[in-house]
Amino acid sequence: MTQINSKIPEGPLTEKWSKHKAKIKVVSPANKRKLEIIVVGTGLAGASAAASLAELGYNVKAFCYQDSPRRAHSIAAQGGINAAKNYQNDNDSVYRLFYDTIKGGDYRAREANVYRLAEVSGSIIDQCVAQGVPFAREYGGVLSNRSFGGVLVSRTFYARGQTGQQLLIGAYSALNRQIGAGTVKMYARHEMLDIVKIDGKARGIIARDMVSGEIKRFGAHAVVIASGGYGNVFFLSTNAMGCNGGAAWQAYKRGAFMSNPCFVQIHPTCIPVHGEQQSKLTLMSESLRNDGRIWVPKKKEDAEKLQKGLIGPNDIAEEDRDFYLERRYPAYGNLVPRDVASRAAKERCDAGFGVNNTGLAVYLDFKYSIERLGKDVIEARYGNLFQMYEKITDVDPYKEPMQIYPAIHYTMGGTWVDYNLMTSVPGLYAIGEANFSDHGANRLGASALMQGLADGYFVLPYTIGDYLANEIQVPKININAPEFENAINEVKGRLDKLMNIKGTKPADYFHKKLGKVMWDYVGMSRNEAGLKTAIKEIADIKAEFWKDLRVPGIQGEVNQELEKAGRVADFIELADLMARDALAREESCGGHFREESVTDDGEAKRNDEAGTYVSAWEYKGENQEPLMHKEELKFENIELAQRSYK
Amino acid sequence: MSEKILKEIKVRVWKQKNSTAKGKFETYTVHNISTDTSFLEMLDILNMQLVEEGKEPIVFDHDCREGICGTCSLFINGRAHGPDDDITTCQLHMRKFKDGETITVEPFRVGAFPVIKDLMVDRTAFEKILQAGGFVSVNTGGIPDGNAIPISYDDAEAAMDAASCIGCGACVATCKNSSAMLFVSAKVSHLARLPQGKIEASRRAKAMVAKMDELGFGNCSNTGACEVECPKGISIANIATLNREYLMAKIKD
Repeated sequence: MTQINSKIPEGPLTEKWSKHKAKIKVVSPANKRKLEIIVVGTGLAGASAAASLAELGYNVKAFCYQDSPRRAHSIAAQGGINAAKNYQNDNDSVYRLFYDTIKGGDYRAREANVYRLAEVSGSIIDQCVAQGVPFAREYGGVLSNRSFGGVLVSRTFYARGQTGQQLLIGAYSALNRQIGAGTVKMYARHEMLDIVKIDGKARGIIARDMVSGEIKRFGAHAVVIASGGYGNVFFLSTNAMGCNGGAAWQAYKRGAFMSNPCFVQIHPTCIPVHGEQQSKLTLMSESLRNDGRIWVPKKKEDAEKLQKGLIGPNDIAEEDRDFYLERRYPAYGNLVPRDVASRAAKERCDAGFGVNNTGLAVYLDFKYSIERLGKDVIEARYGNLFQMYEKITDVDPYKEPMQIYPAIHYTMGGTWVDYNLMTSVPGLYAIGEANFSDHGANRLGASALMQGLADGYFVLPYTIGDYLANEIQVPKININAPEFENAINEVKGRLDKLMNIKGTKPADYFHKKLGKVMWDYVGMSRNEAGLKTAIKEIADIKAEFWKDLRVPGIQGEVNQELEKAGRVADFIELADLMARDALAREESCGGHFREESVTDDGEAKRNDEAGTYVSAWEYKGENQEPLMHKEELKFENIELAQRSYK
Repeated sequence: MSEKILKEIKVRVWKQKNSTAKGKFETYTVHNISTDTSFLEMLDILNMQLVEEGKEPIVFDHDCREGICGTCSLFINGRAHGPDDDITTCQLHMRKFKDGETITVEPFRVGAFPVIKDLMVDRTAFEKILQAGGFVSVNTGGIPDGNAIPISYDDAEAAMDAASCIGCGACVATCKNSSAMLFVSAKVSHLARLPQGKIEASRRAKAMVAKMDELGFGNCSNTGACEVECPKGISIANIATLNREYLMAKIKD
């Protein structure tokens, strides 16, 4: 059995990272020039890593499936990025950010990783400012902050409702500078389809050129996966249409462990599903909960009238409105963490108080803050989000409350990594949303951007040197080695197999079917029987997929149906692992809610005796049961407590 | 959200096998489309139908479907991003169309953006312009505190306005000269407005304009069409800023 070694440094929490940095090896500039690194994905994590590694002198090859690195889905993050700057003098600190993140994650993340994240958070803001990121400013010229869910201080930096876009443009511009200088070779419209290992170490990838259809091989001394999360398993999510778990899944099949795949974040404020023809869900930033109040009617007859369209929200008297978050959680009110807010919305809707024609929506109302602050202030803060809402729903949120409902948003689970962000395959790293490390069972708002950039700018560039220092004698990787031949043949075989099923149904048909099973049984609320049903139904979908899929066209040209088919094939297998992981975790924690494990007042109930572990699943071969290893989580600095936001 | 059903829509789409093939329009019919459905979801439905009929689906670029990644393009009924203001194609909804209507869908037609297949075009030229100078030359690390240099509220806001560009290419597709001036000027003014970017503003303007010219984009003749079709409302005033920065750079030479 493979040993799990998280390589967390010894010593006090506050000194672990600095002592570790002092101890790890460094590669000389002359040797960096001889080494090659592949980075798969160009979102915040991938772009920042590729740029930073190239600045250090490494030769980098970066890959993305989009037509430009700038289009990676980090761009859609709206609300902001956290950093422990304490600019507001509200008693924020590295320790408080660390504590909030561990507690927000429901005590299922590694203390050492999270503390390091909080430690480097301030430098991220400095870096972004230097790149020309136009963060919001006060009239005195200093940076502005706002609050996010699950915290009591203001530490979120933002650029209107387009923070992800601006941070990505910053990282992308740093990447462009390196592409222009020739130190990064950029491969856009390329999809990674396999990892190549030689003597147990990651030495390259196989990728499909999505324009010519050519299957190409690329060698490197180390490979970095920065391909984001797998939320699109559910078909409907806030992810971009192309977001996929392919790179992470191929890494899993080549020996990289997959951790906590059942930890999925369901974001409370998304525009509700309108019907069967919908392709994706749109997020309304959590920052809106700073100024919007969430409510449903107190009386069921009002809810029924709303559902039938007989009355509108403005017809409901003040005293007949149930501000259920403020009622249940007076301390945090509308700013409870995402998992708590999502479950509370589901609870009201399941009880029959939902407000749209499907009964699956609650109100997010700005009337009160418009009265208090004026329309201009609200428009300055959230104008682009209000416009986005109106374009999609045809309803003016300045006049009528927004309708919102939870939707799949982010995956805390991901590829297992040690403290150096290396996976269980030597030389293979995973950063950003693709790894599992920092958010435990629930991610706090504005922390994804922080983690992606922390990994890419300030962690990986240090830790990868410790590995590469032992690789300086290794010459340029020979891409004609038999390992590359085998991998390329396997990839081609798999694509041929997809092309040759010649059934009757497009990939989307299976994807939608899978998404429904996942939402029903592996979504916001899970139980043993449901999870077992899911595992069976996923197996049925897999069998049907490989029998009845139809991919038109040919492999050797642009073929979007083939791209989708490959991703759906991966999603089906990933879904199975998610359900197994959820079944194995017999407790409720964060986004993972097991109906068997609740407190008397209906809150998620952790089981710290059995649950303080990270699952690390090992692939055992096609149609074999995967094997779960457990990494015990040790809490040396924080006392575990039942989370309370009351 | 007053949903209606469009019983029949005809879609007249540009089909082109690859960059060298000759393209032509083909017309397809879709039925029972909700007005709450987005335009791209309508194309998804049409594509599912085509696959089930054993035909090749229509190739088009799209990704985030919330108007921010800039991947989607399309010329719909003669307008970049279709018949609505301040949106990308993915934010266009079927409530903007009438039952029985024939909708014409074409790729962006720009020399510097060759068609890859059907409605998909190659916008690598934009990448090359940005690689020539669309950045601040700082490495990771060793940066002073974010509040070390105060930036006025107005400068930060103006920089943000310009930085909102999503690089979709609608400005170029709309311009009768296929000029990329709005795109280039947005990046130049975004960075020139901030103290961090001001330092190399001249070098940046010269490098980006030179690359733009080299790649075969046309000249700006101040018609303002670009500004009208920009989904993010990037102002043509940025072009004046670019001209000023460029002129200053040339005077210094």
